[in-house]
Amino acid sequence: MGLRESRQGNGVVVIHVEGQLVIANRAELKDRLQDRLAAGDRRFVLDFTGTPYIDSSGLGALVTIAKRVREEGGDIRLAGLNDDLRQLFELTKLDTLFSISATPDQALAAF
Amino acid sequence: MTQPLRLSVRRASLADPASPIARITVQVPSCVECIEEAVGVVTRHCLAGAIAGPQVRFRLQVALSEALANAIVRGNREDASKRVWVQADLGPDQICLHVTDEGDGFDPAAVPDALRPEGVSQEGGRGLFLIHRMVDDVHFNTQGNSICMTLRRP
Repeated sequence: MGLRESRQGNGVVVIHVEGQLVIANRAELKDRLQDRLAAGDRRFVLDFTGTPYIDSSGLGALVTIAKRVREEGGDIRLAGLNDDLRQLFELTKLDTLFSISATPDQALAAF
Repeated sequence: MTQPLRLSVRRASLADPASPIARITVQVPSCVECIEEAVGVVTRHCLAGAIAGPQVRFRLQVALSEALANAIVRGNREDASKRVWVQADLGPDQICLHVTDEGDGFDPAAVPDALRPEGVSQEGGRGLFLIHRMVDDVHFNTQGNSICMTLRRP
């Protein structure tokens, strides 16, 4: 998995997740978000356009990340999930915990 | 250094109609970094069988990756001296996946419902729930260290 960042004019940090988010690498994403929070960033979009698969550990990491961001008064939105992954969010009711947009641009527009 | 997977593919005798078309066995080291490769290898062989399609691929991927993660982390506790065995029996109308670890086993009935209100906002506890949602049948052996998951032709 690779993580690529871009910062928008309105201060939102977009993190593009490239590859599978799974038990073997979920800590990398948690650490990256923790670093950004420590640096003062509070608004995030996680772009999964390049992510074919997220396992239950990856889903759990997203729950913990969202909790930390919200505890700091921030907000996090998800974008670019493929149909299979959307299905996983619906099955696990995680679609009730996250704001999910079809594209990163739509997620950014919602801030 | 990551240890290699040990893969064996055996075609069953066509003279025995009760036997599966093929049996794939893979020995997986107890490291989570091995899961992605093991799932890819087993899924590729399974999709060469009679039941295939995008939905089958995804269901296989979820069921196998969750069962392997449970076996490696909870079963073998990532002990490098222990292994996990995956056996896939490919039949004309179904795939039976067995994932067996060397741990003490667990009681699947004692696993709390992932969809209870406090469960949805917890980090863990979704693996077994997803397996049940992705396959048609789930069975454990008595010890609780071996899961059998069956996918039937849609």
